[in-house]
Amino acid sequence: MPLPDAKIPSGPLEKKWDKHRFDLKLVNPANKRKYHVIVVGSGLAGASASATLAELGYRVTCLCFQDSPRRAHSIAAQGGINASKNYQNDGDSVYRLFYDTLKGGDFRAREANVYRLAQVSGAIIDQCVAQGVPFAREYGGYLANRSFGGAQVSRTFYARGQTGQQLLLGAYQALSRQISSGGVRMLVRSEMQDLVVEDGRAVGIVTRDLVSGKLASLSADAVVLASGGYSSVFYLSTNAVGCNVTAIHRAYRRGAYLANPCYTQIHPTCIPVNGDLQSKLTLMSESLRNDGRIWVPKAKGDRRAPADIPDAERDYYLERKYPSYGNLAPRDISSRSAKEACDDGRGVGEHGRGVYLDFSEAIRRLGRATIAERYGNLFEMYERITGEDPYQVPMRIYPAAHYTMGGLWVDYNLMSNVPGLFVIGEANFSDHGANRLGASALMQGLADGYFILPYTIGDYLAQKKKASPAPEAPVFRDVERESSERLGRLLEAKGRTPSDVFHRQLGKLLWDKCGMARNARGLKEALAEIPRLRERFWKEVSVPGTGESYNRALEKAGRVADYLEFAELLCQDALHRDESCGGHFREEHQTEDGEAKRNDEAFSYVAAWEYKGVGAPAALHREPLVFENVKPGQRSYK
Amino acid sequence: MNLKLVVWRQAGPQDKGRAVTYEARDISEHMSFLEMLDVVNEGLLSKGEEPIAFDSDCREGICGMCSLVINGVAHGPERGTATCQLHMRKFKDGDTITIEPWKARAFPVVRDLTVDRSAFDRIVQAGGFVSVNTGNAPDANAVPVPKTVADLAMDAAQCIGCGACVAQCKNASAMLFVAAKVSHLALLPQGQPEKQRRVLDMVARMDSEGFGNCTNQYECEAVCPKSISSSFIARMNREYLAASAARQPERREEGGY
Ligand SMILES: Cc1cc2nc3c(=O)[nH]c(=O)nc-3n(C[C@H](O)[C@H](O)[C@H](O)COP(=O)(O)OP(=O)(O)OC[C@H]3O[C@@H](n4cnc5c(N)ncnc54)[C@H](O)[C@@H]3O)c2cc1C
Repeated sequence: MPLPDAKIPSGPLEKKWDKHRFDLKLVNPANKRKYHVIVVGSGLAGASASATLAELGYRVTCLCFQDSPRRAHSIAAQGGINASKNYQNDGDSVYRLFYDTLKGGDFRAREANVYRLAQVSGAIIDQCVAQGVPFAREYGGYLANRSFGGAQVSRTFYARGQTGQQLLLGAYQALSRQISSGGVRMLVRSEMQDLVVEDGRAVGIVTRDLVSGKLASLSADAVVLASGGYSSVFYLSTNAVGCNVTAIHRAYRRGAYLANPCYTQIHPTCIPVNGDLQSKLTLMSESLRNDGRIWVPKAKGDRRAPADIPDAERDYYLERKYPSYGNLAPRDISSRSAKEACDDGRGVGEHGRGVYLDFSEAIRRLGRATIAERYGNLFEMYERITGEDPYQVPMRIYPAAHYTMGGLWVDYNLMSNVPGLFVIGEANFSDHGANRLGASALMQGLADGYFILPYTIGDYLAQKKKASPAPEAPVFRDVERESSERLGRLLEAKGRTPSDVFHRQLGKLLWDKCGMARNARGLKEALAEIPRLRERFWKEVSVPGTGESYNRALEKAGRVADYLEFAELLCQDALHRDESCGGHFREEHQTEDGEAKRNDEAFSYVAAWEYKGVGAPAALHREPLVFENVKPGQRSYK
Repeated sequence: MNLKLVVWRQAGPQDKGRAVTYEARDISEHMSFLEMLDVVNEGLLSKGEEPIAFDSDCREGICGMCSLVINGVAHGPERGTATCQLHMRKFKDGDTITIEPWKARAFPVVRDLTVDRSAFDRIVQAGGFVSVNTGNAPDANAVPVPKTVADLAMDAAQCIGCGACVAQCKNASAMLFVAAKVSHLALLPQGQPEKQRRVLDMVARMDSEGFGNCTNQYECEAVCPKSISSSFIARMNREYLAASAARQPERREEGGY
C-alpha cells in the first residue's frame, strides 16, 4: 500500500491549523456517547487524551501496564516544558519556538506539524496551571522560566526537578475525574498484545490482564496508541525498566508503517555506567547545564583529582567549540563531543568514560543555597547513586540512550496509515525530526492529547460508516489465538537463560554499532548478529510458570521478543540513511570539524517502513519533506 | 559481598504465604537494592524457577511503583529514599535481610512482594482534582500565586503515591497520602472552589477503603521517600473541620425540613 497523503493543510503556515480545524468534520455532541475509543497508555499523551475525549462525551477505555495510571514513565521527566509565552520579554514567539524546534531537529520534521506544536504550547501551560500544577514562581507570584539546550531564550516552565511528575499528576487527576464520572474505564496491569484490523481499519485490540493472565478482546471505533518510546531497546537507558516497543511493534506487524526508527536520542548528561548488572541509567537533567560547566583535562590520561587540575589545564570543550551556545548546545552535539573527548583518552572516572559537570564556579557566584534551590533534588539523587557530593566535587556524567524521535508514521491528524489507528506522544514519529530539543517532549505529548487528537479523531469518527465487529467476532478470536500461541511458545522454550541476558546482549550490540556513532560496516555486522540472537532467544529463554497467572518472567520475555525483531528495523533504517542528521551520526558523513553532514538532495524525506515478515527486509516508503517557510541550512551553534 | 535474604513468597491473594531463604552472592556495593534482587531472580530463572515478584519501574525514585519492607522498615534504612534508590553500600557482607510486602488490609497481596494499591487511585477519583475541562483555562499568569505558597504546595504535591506511609503505620492509616493531595490543592487559588467537597469526599473514601486512623506516631513521615511533612495532616484536619461545619446547612436541606 502506498503511503497515504499526510493531509497537510494548504495556505500560509500561521493559518494552516485554524483552517484545518474548520475543515474537520464534527461529531454531534449527542452522538459522541455512541463512540468507543481505546487509548493504550496513561502517560502525558494517553492521560491527557483520555480525559479530554471523555470530557467531550466519548466513551473511553484507557490501559496501562503499571498498577496505576499515575506511574507512566512521563512521571520521571525532570527538567521542564517549553512554551512560547514570552513571559520573559526576551524575544520569544510562536515562530521562534517553531524555528528552534525545526532547526534542533536538523530539518527532518514537517514544518506544519512543528508550527502547530508551537501554536498550542501556550494553552498547555494555561491548562496545567488551572489544574493546580505547582510550577515554579518568582517572588511576584508570576511563573518562572529557565533555559534549555538549543535555545537562546528562556521559555522552559518547571516544577523543581520534577516537572514530568507534576504535569502527569495534573493529567492523572483530570483522568481520575473522568473515571469517577464513568467517562473512562481504566484497565491497570493490562498489556496490549496485538492490534485487530478488519478490512484495513483498526477495530480494537487484544489485551492481557497481567494479574490473571487472561487474554481479552476489546472492540472500538478507534484505537489510540500512546505507549511511549523504545529507548530501552538499548537495555541501558534513562527509561523505566518496563518501557517497551510492543504496542507499536505489534501495530507495525499489522500494517502500520514505522517511521525513522534510527532517530534515537542519546542524552549527554547521565550518571556513567557502573558495573555489568546495572539495570538503568539515571538522567541528570539538562537544566543543570544552565549553571554547570562541562570539561575534561587537556592532557590525555590525566588522573589528578579535579580540584588539582588548574583552570588553564582544563578543556571546557563545549564553550570552546560553540561559543554562542556553550554548555547549552543541543543534545546530539553535546553527546558526540563527550564521546570524542573520551575516545581521545581524556575521559574521567574509573573507566575513563565520563566528563565533569562542574558547579564550583556557580556555587561561588550564586551561593550554595541558590544552587540547592534550583537543583537540590538532582544533587541528592546524584549523591545517593554515586556516593559523591556534587557540592564538593564535580559530577561525572556520560551520554545514555534517552528518547526516540522515530515511531509510527502519522499524518497531520495523528492518524497512521491504518485508518482508525491514531498515535500520540513519544510513540509517533512526530515533530522532533532527527533530534529533539530539551523540554519539548512534554510539550508534544500534551499538545497531542489535550489539543490536537480530540479534534482530529472526530473527523475520522464522523465519517466512519461501518460499526466495528463485536469482540466475539472471528477477527478478534483469530488474533487472540495468535497471541495465546505466541505466549505458549515462550513458555514451552523451557530454556535456562533469563530474558534479561538476551536483552543485555542486544543492548550492547546496538550501543556499539547503532548508538552515538554508526557506520555501514558495524550496522551490517549488527544486522547479521540480531537474527542469531533472536534464534537463540526462542530456544534458550527461561520462562517458568504458566500463562494463567501473574508471571513477570513471561511479561518480560514477550517484550524482549519484540525488541529482538524491532532491532533489525532500527539497524536497517540506520544503514539506509546514508547521511548524518541530528542524533543519527554516520561516521562516513561529517564536516571537517566533525559535525553531522546532511545530504538534503538524497535524504530530505521521512522513511516509513512496511513490515514484510520477521527477518525479511522491510519495504521503504518516502514522504518528501517540503520546506516552504524555512530554508534548511547547516545547523550552527557556534 | 554475600548476603542472606529472607523473602516473603506468596502465590496469590488466597495463598497463606511463607518466608523463603535465598543467598545473594558477589553483590557489588554500587548496585541498587533492586539490582541485587535482579541478580537473585536471574539465578532462579537459570534454574527454571519462578522469580520473586516485586514491582518497580522508573528506578529513580519518582514513579512510586517500588515498595518492600526491608528489615521491618518500608523502603529500608536510608531516610528519604525509595527502595529503588537504596544502594547496597548501606549493607555489610554477611548481613541477613528480611524482605516483606506492604502489609495493610487496604493493600491486598497480588503475589510475593507485589500488592494492590488501587485504593489510592479510588481516593483520588473521589475528589483529588480540580474540575476544569480542557480549554477552559485563563492565561497562566492571570492569577499570581505567592512564591511561598507555590513552594509549599509543591512540597505536598511531590507525593509519589507509593504507600510506604500506610505500610509503616501500625494502624495502616493513609492520612499522609490524603493530606498531601488535599493540602496541595487547598493551598492554590485554583483549588479553592472545590476545597470543602474535596476534603470530605476524599476522607470518606479513605475510611471506606479500610485504612485505619491516625494516632500521631509520625512513622509515615519517617519512611516517606519524599520526606513529606506530617504537618500537612494537621492542615488537612483543619480543612476537614471547616468543611464539615460549613456543610451542615446543606445536609439539613437535603434532609427535607
Ligand atoms: C528520565 C527522563 C527525563 C525526561 N525529562 C524530560 C523533560 O524534562 N522535558 C521533556 O520535554 N521531556 C523529558 N523526557 C521525555 C518525556 O518524558 C517523554 O518523552 C514523555 O513523557 C513520553 O510520554 P508518553 O505519554 O508518550 O509516554 P509514557 O509516559 O512513556 O507512557 C507510556 C504509557 O503506555 C503504557 N504502555 C506501554 N506499552 C504498553 C502496552 N503494550 N500495553 C498497555 N500499556 C502500555 C504505559 O503503561 C504508560 O502508561 C524525559 C524522559 C526521561 C526518560
